[in-house]
Parts: sequence; structure tokens; C-alpha cells
Amino acid sequence: MFRLKNLRKSTKSNLITFGIVIGFYLVIQLLSALGMLSSSLSGQLVPICAYVILAISLNLTVGILGELSLGHAGFMSVGAFSGTIVWTTLYGQVPNWLGLLLAFVVGGAVAGLFGFIVGVPVLRLSGDYLAIVTLAFGEIVKNVMNACYLGYDSKGIHFSFKDAASMGMEADGTTIINGAIGITGIKKGSTFILGIILVILTLVVILNLINSRAGRAIKSIRDNEIAARSVGINITKYKLMAFITSAVFAGIAGVLYSLNYSSLVAKKFDYNTSILILVFVVLGGIGNIRGSVIAAALLTVLPEMLRSLNDYRMLIYAIVLILVMIFSQSPQVVAWRKRMVEMFRGRFSKRPQAKEVQ
Amino acid sequence: MKKLISAALASAMVLSLAACGSTDTGSNASTGTDSTATAEASNTGSTTPIKLGGIGPTTGSAASYGIAVMQGEELAVNEINEAAGYTVFEFSFEDDEHDAEKAMNAYNTLKDWGMQVLLGTVTSTPSLSVAGETVNDNMFMLTPSASAVDVVETGDNVFQMCFTDPNQGVVSADYIAENALGTKIGVIYDSSDAYSSGIYTAFKAEIEAKGLEIVAAESFTSDNKSDLSTQVTKCQNAGADLVFLPIYYNEASQILIAADKVGYKPTFFGCDGMDGILSIEGFDTSLAEGLMLLCPFSATATDETTQKFVASYEAAYGETPIQFAADAYDCVYAIYQCVQNGSINGDMSVSEMCEALKADFTTMTFNGTTGEGQTWEANGMVSKPPRVYVVTNGEYATAE
Repeated sequence: MFRLKNLRKSTKSNLITFGIVIGFYLVIQLLSALGMLSSSLSGQLVPICAYVILAISLNLTVGILGELSLGHAGFMSVGAFSGTIVWTTLYGQVPNWLGLLLAFVVGGAVAGLFGFIVGVPVLRLSGDYLAIVTLAFGEIVKNVMNACYLGYDSKGIHFSFKDAASMGMEADGTTIINGAIGITGIKKGSTFILGIILVILTLVVILNLINSRAGRAIKSIRDNEIAARSVGINITKYKLMAFITSAVFAGIAGVLYSLNYSSLVAKKFDYNTSILILVFVVLGGIGNIRGSVIAAALLTVLPEMLRSLNDYRMLIYAIVLILVMIFSQSPQVVAWRKRMVEMFRGRFSKRPQAKEVQ
Repeated sequence: MKKLISAALASAMVLSLAACGSTDTGSNASTGTDSTATAEASNTGSTTPIKLGGIGPTTGSAASYGIAVMQGEELAVNEINEAAGYTVFEFSFEDDEHDAEKAMNAYNTLKDWGMQVLLGTVTSTPSLSVAGETVNDNMFMLTPSASAVDVVETGDNVFQMCFTDPNQGVVSADYIAENALGTKIGVIYDSSDAYSSGIYTAFKAEIEAKGLEIVAAESFTSDNKSDLSTQVTKCQNAGADLVFLPIYYNEASQILIAADKVGYKPTFFGCDGMDGILSIEGFDTSLAEGLMLLCPFSATATDETTQKFVASYEAAYGETPIQFAADAYDCVYAIYQCVQNGSINGDMSVSEMCEALKADFTTMTFNGTTGEGQTWEANGMVSKPPRVYVVTNGEYATAE
């Protein structure tokens, strides 16, 4: 207890975040052991982990770097496709753990590479312009992957943007990406424990980055770019650092997500998905990593909890979003919440005093 | 303090979700009692209801197909329960918004409900994900309308009620070639859609094998389909005398309107996704005059099964059924045929039922609204006679 008090404030806050993630894991394991875990919830565990990673990584761009990115699903998409290609081609030829490791490394690396390619020209822009360019990037990735045919046979790799027949493969060739049908027959590789490990890895890397010297430089760019430049901070370097880190983890989340299902289509990663991730970040609190974790988990589960309401669930989901936004962001409500908390605190502290008097 | 509250809330939510029992949204008439059970019931030796689950998009861009399937299945279940005098089937349908992730959630929700046979999913992309999971659970899956060939190839427990995409492409090409409907072929398809590009790929290979020429192959994507007049003009400029439209009826109606505007009158030929074009609100059906479509179902067919289905569907939902509804209706009756054979009953486990149904489906012959004498191969593909219709005077008429 004594030592906990002496910890730095940020370290303490980070420990709570890790505690929530591990606590969530333990609760699920407990429920599973008791046989109380419904199929509905157990099927959502991996997507929850993927969305949590996405929200954390986007928060690095939006909350810490202070740039609005609407193309996060694009990075998720390239990561998912490259990782899944590695996983399906290596499946059965190398041990599964190695295949998974390579899939995640390749997925993250390819997404990071795209982050670099997009980031170099784009990070000269800021604000609305950056948002529009990233939005376009996401749509380009979606449309390119949708029209992409990739396969291999004894002669090597074949590729076409037109249709499957144009690849000119031999009859015994294997089609990997089949245009709009995407990748099919993916062997399931993602598990909940893997998801939790990746969430913790993401938290370790991103929280450390935020609290490091580089993180302070990134935050200074957010707060005042001109001031940051005047004290000699290399703007481009730190912007890229945050942007690429964010892209790498989006790619890893993409691999985690795609290996949970037996098919992968580019259509999934459209701007709706980008906006969904942004909603997690905004509702959880921009710049608040723990908020992102909780918001992503709850908002992934919420639509499924509302399933029994049939078509009304979308209406109610929207209302819940608005209410949460008002509850967490509106100045009046925030002031009211503070008053309420103080009132409770007042009561709690008064009672012991009253006892003492008696 | 805030942290504590949020942690508590989070765990409470998790708990409530886990404890959340199955909600019976099924449309079951559980008024029947065992005493009124008919001969069929004594055949099976059990009156425990069999739980049928359905998955499809009832909201979103593909909602019209999902709703048609839901209504077709619901109608069949109600009819069967009423005729049998007891609850043969319990039915629950979950929305997947035409999204693979949502479809998996729907599948898991239905599993919590106790689903024993899956009659879904409606669209191909979600089907592929769900099919992978049914293989793991060894749950029998009979899809009314997911026509991608990869769906049945996922496992031997997955069966289709509709033709596969390549099959439709090949049959269309053969029909066009044999009846000399055109020499210069134009195609307009949706390259972002698995159904459309699946048919196109097979069609192209077959039509070239038959010695016909594709002079224009124009594509659009789901993001880019508000104006299809460019594609129509390109087909016109290329001199195509037959335009093949392996697309859904909403886009096809736009193409017909665009062709009419520029005075282009080739033969239009569509597949089963075209069914429903005559019931689009505000669409001038005279534009569809002469449109040919390869479709296993016609609402105007004169056989007794179809007429009874169409009449009761119209009475229940106030609209003419499209082919999706007919396929879905047939799915339930195909399962019911196995119940009447006595090979399955509600007391069986999911896996036992799957094995029994697999054995039955590969041996039985089924007569339904989408064709007489339907049989299934072990790979799950259906074999039934394709029918080609021509739109004449605002109604389907059998071609030739």
C-alpha cells in the first residue's frame, strides 16, 4: 500500500489499465470454468480484443498526436490480408505457433510500411485535410483488395486486377485472394488468450511510448506545433513515429480479427469500420487509453445485448451513444457529476466523524 | 472512485450477458397438444419440437432478400405446425446485416437458443464464415440462397437449395448459345459482389468455349452504382445484341431504364437475382418486356405447390414472393420430409441430426416450389432442372 502511493501517477494509472484487462480475462475464464459463458459472448471475445487494439492504436493518432485519421480500417485491411496470406500458405508446413507469429509480424510490418508510405506525404497536412486523405486511403485499399486476384501454381505466383481467369493459372493452381469473394477457407488461428496477450502487448508499447521522451515530443506537437518546432523537435520524425506505430497495431488487430473467421473480404474494412473505431476512441475519451479499452469492449458487446429488441436495437444503440457522449463530455453534466461525487464523498467522510462524537 | 465504478459496471455487464438466457423470438404456434398428434408424430416416435434457426440480413442493403427468406421460412413452419396439429418446428430468425462478423454473432445467439438445424445464411459472404463454424459444431446447414461454390465446399454438412454461381453462369451460356439468342454478348456485372463475379467468371469461360464473343464486359461496384448509364452506353457502342446481367434486380431495373433512355434494345438475360424485378415499386414493368431470366421459381407457375405457396404468402405478407422466399420455403419442407421419413426427431443431438440429414439429403428426392425431382449430391450441391422465363405482358412466361 505504501509503495503503491509512491508510484508515479502515470504508472499507477497504467497499472489500473492492465488490471482491467487481466481482470476481464480472469472473469471470462471463471465464467467459462463454471459453464456460464454463453456461445454468444464467447464468440465475441476475439473481436472485442481486436477492436480494443484498434481503439488503442487509433487513440495514439487522434488523442496523442492530435491528428484526425479516418482510414484506420485501411491499415487493418492490409494487415489482415498480408497476415492471412502468410497464415494460409504456411498452414500445415510449419508449426502453428510459428505460422501465427509470422502472420502477426508480417501483418504488422506491412501495415507499418503502408503507414510510412501514406504518412510521409500526408503528415505535412493537418486537420481536415489529413482526415480526408486518410479516408480516401481506406477506400482505395478497399477497392484495390476487392479487385485483386492472387494465386500460385507450380510456375510461381499469378496476379490480376481483372478476373480470376486472367491470372492464367494452371488447373491445379491455388487461388489465394479471389476478388470480391476474398480469402476463403481460413483455418481459425485466433484465440481469446492470444487476443489478450496482444492487447497487453499493445498497451505496453503504446503506454510506454506515450510516457517516454518521444511521447512528450509527440504531445508537444499536438499542443502547439510552432512552439514544438521552435524548441528543436523534429516534427516529421515524431509525427511519423506515432502514425506508423498506430498503423502497425491496426495491422496486428486486422490479423487477429481475420484469423477468427473462415473468410475474409475487403468490403468489411470500409469507412464504416473506420468510423466505428473512431467512435470507440471519442466515447472513451480522446487521449484516454483506458477509456478506449472500455469503450471498445462495451460498444462491441452492446449491439448483441440489444439483439432481442430486433429492429429497434439500432435506434437504441444510437440513443445510447448520444447519452454516453452527453454524460461524458457535456460541460454541464460533467459539472453535475463532480457535484454528485463530492456529495457522496461528503457523506462518506461525515459518518465516521459522527460515530466518533457518540 | 470512477475507476471502481467503471470496473464494476463492466463486470456487471459481462455477467448479465453471460446469464442472459435465450429469448424465444420464434414464431411458433405451441397450441397443439400431443393428443392431437397425427400419424406423422407416431412415425417419429417423438413430439419434441425441432429448433430451426435462420440467419439473414433483415436490415441494411441486402434486407429485401433476408426478409423474403425469413417470411418464406416462417410461413412454411406455421403451415407445417398447423397441418401436423402439434409443434413440429420452432423457428427463430436472427439478423446479420449482410456482415460476416454479425452473422457469427447471430449464429452463436441461435446456438444459445438451442438451434438444431441452420437454414441460412442468405448471402454468400456471411455464409462462408458461418459454414466454417457449422463444420466445427457438425451442425446441418441448408442455405436457401448463398450460392457461392465455396460455401458448400466448406464441409460435407453444408447443403444448398439454390444453384451455385458457376452453375448458373454455365447454364445461362449454354442456353444462350443453343437458342442463338445473340452473337455479340455484353455483360454488366458487380465486381465487388461475390455472387455476380462468380457467375460472370463461369459464364465467360463457357460462352467463349461455345464460340460466342463477349464484346463488352462492364463492371460496377457497390459504391459506384448510382448511375449505370455509362456501362449501358458502352455495351451499345460495342454493338452487343444480348446483354447478360448476372446482378440483382434493383441494379437491373436501373440498367433497363438507362437502356430505354438511349433507345438501346438488346435482349437482356438475367439469373435468379433478377426475380423480383416486376414488383419494384415505381418501376415501369413495360421496360422489362422481353427480359429473359434463368430462375428456378416463378410466382405465376401453374403447378399446385407453387400456387398454394404464392396464395398463402400473399395472404400472410401482402406481397408476391420472390425466388428467395420460395427457396426458403422449400428448405423447411425439405427438412420436414426428413421428419416424415422418421429419420430425425427433436430429441436428437445436433451432431446426430446432422448425420441423419446428410444421409437423407444425398438419397432423397424432393418436390418443391423451385422444381420437381430435386436431388442433392454428396458435396451439397442441388440438382434441379433450370427454367428460363421471358417477361411477357408484365408476367413471367416459360420460354419456348
